[in-house]
Amino acid sequence: MKKPEEIFEILKNEFQDAVLELKTDIPVEPIIIVDPLKIDEVGFYLRDTDGLEFDTLMILSGVDDANGEKVEAEDGSFTINGGTLSVYYHLDSMALNHKITLKVSTGRDNPEVNTVESVWRTADWHEREAFDMYGIKFLNHPDLRRILMPYDWEAGYPLRKDYKNPEFYKGMKVPY
Amino acid sequence: MGLLDKEFSDGNIVIARTEDLLNWARLSSLWQLSFGLACCAIEMMATSASHYDFDRFGVMPRPTPRQADMIIISGTVTFKMALRIKRLYEQMPDPKYIISMGSCSNSGGPYWEHGYHVLKGIDRVIPVDVYVPGCPPRPEALLEGLMKLQEKIRHESLRKKKTA
Repeated sequence: MKKPEEIFEILKNEFQDAVLELKTDIPVEPIIIVDPLKIDEVGFYLRDTDGLEFDTLMILSGVDDANGEKVEAEDGSFTINGGTLSVYYHLDSMALNHKITLKVSTGRDNPEVNTVESVWRTADWHEREAFDMYGIKFLNHPDLRRILMPYDWEAGYPLRKDYKNPEFYKGMKVPY
Repeated sequence: MGLLDKEFSDGNIVIARTEDLLNWARLSSLWQLSFGLACCAIEMMATSASHYDFDRFGVMPRPTPRQADMIIISGTVTFKMALRIKRLYEQMPDPKYIISMGSCSNSGGPYWEHGYHVLKGIDRVIPVDVYVPGCPPRPEALLEGLMKLQEKIRHESLRKKKTA
């Protein structure tokens, strides 16, 4: 069983620049921030190294940080330019009974994160959901389609803060 | 009822109007499409089970739309599902009836404002005969809805498709 600080030290020694920061000044468990294009390597290392053995991805979730520039339109709606989207990985080790949270942040305009589907199979559908809801592209994912919304949904990604619902979908009125 | 009161004294002949007879037959064996969507479907299943016993009204689930007289829209209708419901409805033979069960299929329910994925009422896609309010409605409410539908069928006319 290892503390987040110890895990961070191990990762920092192994990956140097790919592991960016340990956030502890937050009300939840400490978060390790990782480079979005190195997350798969970090994942393999966390899974396969003795003493870490993170065999389970409990959940993978997307987040819209909404920290870009907010441009308000006349009708009260707004768009967000720049800023980041994030993905959180909650890992658990059944073998050693310890947990850690990873986070990657990627640019909102072209959000690209490496897939961890080959590390934990759980990530397959979770990444599809994050893609469906936030438009985060998971590079090298074997089957990156929408999972909940219709395949031909063209109005964008519904959980982004600046999402606007369309007026009609296939002849059906969308607003109440 | 007025259907069986013109019995002859020998007991083997019953006289009835064709309309009455057809309506009586239809309302007494409403086979429903075996189909559920969300938490309302759990209540619908409870209604089908022994305690509330949907079967005493002649309602029993059929696994194919070709054999169904009625469809109960029991739950949240997403846009993705709405297209499939429409197809199922079109595959049912006439006469066919629809009960909209619960707030979601009546009007979008709790998703009425922020539900980017929810159709705000199944009546935007297919014509509804009876709306059952509730979230979800209790089995008693669904039975009441069914009896309202039976009442509606009882007064149908052969010339006009549906009475008001």
